[in-house]
Amino acid sequence: MMEFLAENGNELLVKTGEHLYISLVAMALGVIVAVPLGVMLSRIPKVADRLISFVGILQTIPSLAILAFFIPIVGIGKFPAIIALFIYSLLPILRNTYIGIRDVDQGVIEAGKGMGMNNLQAIIKMELPLAMPVIMAGIRLSTVYLIGWAALAAFIGGGGLGDFIFDGLNLYKPSLILAGTVPATILAVIADRSLAAVESKLTPDGLKDSYEAA
Amino acid sequence: MLEFNNVTKRYADGTPAVKNLNLKIDKGEFVCFIGPSGCGKTTTMKMVNRLIDITEGDIRFDDKSINDQDPVELRRSIGYVIQQIGLMPHMTIKENIVLVGTLLKWSKEKKDQRARELLELVDLPEEYLDKYPHELSGGQQQRIGVLRALASNPPLILMDEPFGALDPITRDSLQEEFKKLQKELHKTIVFVTHDMDEALKLADRVVIMRDGEIVQADTPDEILRNPANEFVEEFLGKDRLIQGRPDVTTVGQIMEGCPVTVQTGTTLKEAISVMRDKHVDSLLVVDMDNTLQGFIDIESINLNYKKANHVEEVMEANIFSVAEESLLRDTVHKILRRGVKYVPVVNDAQQLTGIVTRATLANLVYDTIWGDGMELEEAAATAE
Ligand SMILES: Nc1ncnc2c1ncn2[C@@H]1O[C@H](COP(=O)(O)OP(=O)(O)OP(=O)(O)O)[C@@H](O)[C@H]1O
Ligand SMILES: [Mg+2]
Repeated sequence: MMEFLAENGNELLVKTGEHLYISLVAMALGVIVAVPLGVMLSRIPKVADRLISFVGILQTIPSLAILAFFIPIVGIGKFPAIIALFIYSLLPILRNTYIGIRDVDQGVIEAGKGMGMNNLQAIIKMELPLAMPVIMAGIRLSTVYLIGWAALAAFIGGGGLGDFIFDGLNLYKPSLILAGTVPATILAVIADRSLAAVESKLTPDGLKDSYEAA
Repeated sequence: MLEFNNVTKRYADGTPAVKNLNLKIDKGEFVCFIGPSGCGKTTTMKMVNRLIDITEGDIRFDDKSINDQDPVELRRSIGYVIQQIGLMPHMTIKENIVLVGTLLKWSKEKKDQRARELLELVDLPEEYLDKYPHELSGGQQQRIGVLRALASNPPLILMDEPFGALDPITRDSLQEEFKKLQKELHKTIVFVTHDMDEALKLADRVVIMRDGEIVQADTPDEILRNPANEFVEEFLGKDRLIQGRPDVTTVGQIMEGCPVTVQTGTTLKEAISVMRDKHVDSLLVVDMDNTLQGFIDIESINLNYKKANHVEEVMEANIFSVAEESLLRDTVHKILRRGVKYVPVVNDAQQLTGIVTRATLANLVYDTIWGDGMELEEAAATAE
């Protein structure tokens, strides 16, 4: 173990960094795209249900296949890896944003509108804060998945901890496989915990108590 | 103030929820909409603040068509209390109360001050400002819902079954509180309710709806007195009509016929035997035409038995009587105030037609309270 670290420690750090970078960028892109899209979908519930089940079908395509599919289009390297992961991040965030907003108490929405909130105010002051716990759950779920899937990025030259895993598989070196999977798992746990902290920061105070009480 | 001109609403699926509605609401008026579920009350109300579009017709608010006004601006100038209360669970009570102020970009000081002012109106302590809605009881939340509608001091407030979800006791006290508040604030209020008692208690005018149409729009008194048709009667309920009746019942409807009388010219001896036979201690004296002359009672006979022979010599001619058409309500007061045991009832020609005794009143009160209106209705029927 110490031996391994002494030998590969530097590389391990670099790869972990790469791994984190790929996942977080994909996740950030996912949030930037999926949350507004989810809000938009909540305005057209009929289309939304169909679209979400369609995206759900896309999601069942194996990740390796998607990655392979992307090589001819965007080539190999970090960028295509990020694009592929980004697509995977979309569904959970999209679905949770949509459901979170759809399930906000209609009485509250009507009161807000009746008080004279315009559309933007309704979204920012009312719907997003109230849907926040559900949206954050989607983001957390998708982040944990992404960190796992990011290992596959190595397959198209994206780098990251997947490099260790593939090398280990090719060279029949279990220690390399472990060197890839253990840090990836730790990363996933850390990411989840820190997002939980973010979630409790973003969740409005009034909701926290009622969630505890519920 | 608020005018509905031939307003019709058809939903996308073709449901005609409101049909050709016409109504004019004056400034400061408290109007209750009432009717069975699905008759279009909520629809009517939401068309006013444009939460629902009008299909045909026009609503004018302060003499301007609401369709010419920006819906967001319009809503900020109309208070709105919804049935589900709809407090923002993620905002403090203060933020909830002055939500419109936030939308109108009031300064923090102004919002703080307004929130405190309003909370005082409903006698809630200031600590509540920093609580969240889920920390309040249902009745308290409902109060906040009402305050929120008052925040920007709008001249018109729409209230959709604001007290519907409360237990009867809380509802009652909120109604009282609100009525008091209304007296101070002089708002124009459009109030939807399921509860006839609530409507009769609060409203200046009650609008009874059925199937998207107005069946009757009148003052509570007028509705109780002259229900427009059977539907309204049924909706009011028999009990309430009876309760409402003392207001409008005439003496003729409830008096007892055939009071015990003696004619002028009767001897005192005969009069005494009549008293004994009928178990009464006083007699009404009438002449040949049944015109009321006065009364004699056992005491005056006793005092004058030696000196007089005929009833007219000892009778008291100064007798208080009431006309058949006078209102029961007034008669009851008179009987009670004068402390008399009975009042003879006369027609226009001063002829005796009946009598109202304390026992008659007791029966009436009994019927009103316990709701068995048999005697009352029979009496009413015979009187008609
Ligand atoms: N969005 C809608 N689409 C289609 N029909 C509707 C819609 N909203 C209401 N309706 C119908 O319009 C009619 C009037 O509804 P409305 O909500 O105004 O009734 P209401 O008098 O407020 O009833 P309640 O006392 O139950 O609240 C009902 O028949 C209802 O089914
Ligand atoms: Mg309704």
